[in-house]
Amino acid sequence: MRRTWMAMGLVLTIACGGGEGAGGESAGGGETPDAGAQASVAPLGTGTISGVVMFEGAPPANPAIDMSEEPSCAARYSGQATDPVVMVSGGRLANVFVRVTGGLPAGPYPAPARKPTIDQAGCLYHPRVVGVVAGQSLEIVNSDSLLHNIKAVPTANRGFNVSQPRAGMMREHTFTEPEVMVPVECSVHGWMKAYVGVVAHPYFATSAEDGTFTIGGLPPGTYQLEAWHESLGTKTGEVTIGADGAGTVAFTYGTM
Amino acid sequence: MSEAAGRRAGGPTGRRGSAAQRSRVMTLVGALIIVTAGPPARRPVEAQEPPGKVIYDRWCAGCHGEDGAGRGEAAAFMLPPPRDFTRGAYQIRTTASGELPTDADIRRVVDEGMPGTAMPGWRARLSEQERADVVAYIKSFSRFFGGAAPEPLSLGRAPGASAEGIEEGARVYRELECFKCHGNAGRGDGPSAPTLTDDWDHPIRAANLAEGWTFNGGGEVEQIYTRLRTGLDGTPMPSFSDAVEGGVITEEQLWRVAQYVRSLSPNRPPVREVIRAVRVEGTLPSGPADSAWGAIEPAFIPLVGQIVIKPRWFAPRVDGLWVRAAHDGTSLALLVSWSDPSSSPDSAWQEWLDRMAVAMTDVDGSVPTTQGPDRLHVQFPLRREEGMERPYFLGGDTRRPTYQWQWTSAPETVAEGRATGLGAFTPAAAGVTHTAGFADGQWRVQFTRALVPADTTAAPAFPVGEAIPIAFLAADGSNGEDAARAAVSAWYAIYLDVPTPAGVYAIPVVAALLTAGLGGLAIARAQRRTTRT
Repeated sequence: MRRTWMAMGLVLTIACGGGEGAGGESAGGGETPDAGAQASVAPLGTGTISGVVMFEGAPPANPAIDMSEEPSCAARYSGQATDPVVMVSGGRLANVFVRVTGGLPAGPYPAPARKPTIDQAGCLYHPRVVGVVAGQSLEIVNSDSLLHNIKAVPTANRGFNVSQPRAGMMREHTFTEPEVMVPVECSVHGWMKAYVGVVAHPYFATSAEDGTFTIGGLPPGTYQLEAWHESLGTKTGEVTIGADGAGTVAFTYGTM
Repeated sequence: MSEAAGRRAGGPTGRRGSAAQRSRVMTLVGALIIVTAGPPARRPVEAQEPPGKVIYDRWCAGCHGEDGAGRGEAAAFMLPPPRDFTRGAYQIRTTASGELPTDADIRRVVDEGMPGTAMPGWRARLSEQERADVVAYIKSFSRFFGGAAPEPLSLGRAPGASAEGIEEGARVYRELECFKCHGNAGRGDGPSAPTLTDDWDHPIRAANLAEGWTFNGGGEVEQIYTRLRTGLDGTPMPSFSDAVEGGVITEEQLWRVAQYVRSLSPNRPPVREVIRAVRVEGTLPSGPADSAWGAIEPAFIPLVGQIVIKPRWFAPRVDGLWVRAAHDGTSLALLVSWSDPSSSPDSAWQEWLDRMAVAMTDVDGSVPTTQGPDRLHVQFPLRREEGMERPYFLGGDTRRPTYQWQWTSAPETVAEGRATGLGAFTPAAAGVTHTAGFADGQWRVQFTRALVPADTTAAPAFPVGEAIPIAFLAADGSNGEDAARAAVSAWYAIYLDVPTPAGVYAIPVVAALLTAGLGGLAIARAQRRTTRT
């Protein structure tokens, strides 16, 4: 089972083009909040939260995907394609969206100019979990030579449902209201799911394949955090960034 | 309002009258059952209440709920369910995907209703002002309204229709992969169709493009094109505006798709009170694929959910049957065809059935989660009745039994016999034979039987030149339909043509000769008179 997972992970990494700006890397966070937009958005500080998301016990099996109607997608997976709902590797959990929920100045926080991307490749979304600042644009591209539709089903924001019948098509969309999370789905391929975390500020990140995440650009202080996973639920935590500019935190999920 | 609009909710009335009248009655009954399912009592109007609230609470809240969230008392009986107004997501718009509808968009649905759903049109019941007030009130349920007025898309005009244009539309339909949901022949049977859900996780059907009169936003080319450009928000149907604006296809090509989709349906369903069995010389059609059927005009028999006997069924899959008939003086052949996206049981549709079971289970107990077969019952009165008496439309009763052909898809067979009610059936062979075929989301079943059966106590004869009562039941096993959960028709009639006597052809010739002769005589006389004077 574990081997299948690693193979899946590898395939995903390749499918994401080596994880460039996506694939479970921290999205809005990193060493500084939204590094690409630093010129316009000054961080509050220079401290960094370093975190890890653990998973204890045997992870639940992910559902198989019947891709027989899309041979070009099915061919990208060795053996049976599965829906990467719970991605655990070495006891570490990926695709957990972590954001600061307390301890920050009220804002407002301007939206960065950089546009995160969701790619539809191999009939899956890459990344599956992505964060944006409210008002920051998101790009959704189709790398598959077949029909996808992108349907966002938010409650606080306006939804949309547009088709991309060709590879290379791109849709830019801006969610204006904070909403964690906005589900994104494809009606043609019912298994395709992505989640967009729309946050009022840039202090968030998504756990990578090794379960780690970093949220940078914060001054010393104590912060409340919330971790979100699509099937395992939410957890809350607290972290203190000391005078040395470093704070660490761990979240632990498990099958119990 | 479309004749099919009330099919989900209407109950067969069995009343006499024209087919159109009957259909309208069924629609009205359906609408009233729903509308009156629990209207809140009239309350004194408070001064601050918006005028639309009074109208809404009285006429709309029974389905849409007093809070506008689509959870009124009658909502449990409906699929698709009533609109939840709180999200401000509307299917039928002239604006881009994700945009709010214009007031005129909402007003159109209030006026016309939503064909193919339980939503009736209100133009005849509510005044102009009342409908305007209710639109304003509906908007107040969602916090998204209140900003700038939404802008309708500029849609241009349809290119001239032509056979080549429709062919081009069919090509683009395949290229855009519309068939993924709507199927190769447009009957809503594409590979993704069993997986579709709306924004509230209810199972939702891919539109059957061969029944344009059931399209929620109307079946005309301009209306279809508008849906292609705007999408139907809240449903899986996306907008194709990006494909046009991004140059993937031209605006004209998308118009061609709309024209192609329009070409898949007749203008209106040919609902007939009487199905005519054409007298053919030579042999009867040999099976459902026989091209001879192409020359015979079909009658459309609308079906509605069986809501008399429990468990009642408010979400029937089959909304109508196409019936053709022929006889050769010795035997009757009946071809019944209908849209059904699956030949049940079909593992691809298990996911659909599981969702149906969740969506409809509150009505009359659990919906089966194991797929049964597809079914078609054709029934006739077992005995000829005096006057207009007919057996009870749901299979008859012990006093007036029916004679039925009960066809199932699995095993693929037909049972013939006597029924004294829904589910009360005793087989008795009287020589009916059948051939069935399934392709592209359509069943075609041909029944053939001698006009005079060997044993006339087990089965009625089919006399020529008489209106013989006939009624139908159809069920989709992948849609949770079993036993009483089915779609049914009221009584219709089948009339076997009387062979035309040769004398009929001679009469016009004789008449013409006689007229010419008398005319000639008159002229000759007149001329003689003129010559004399």
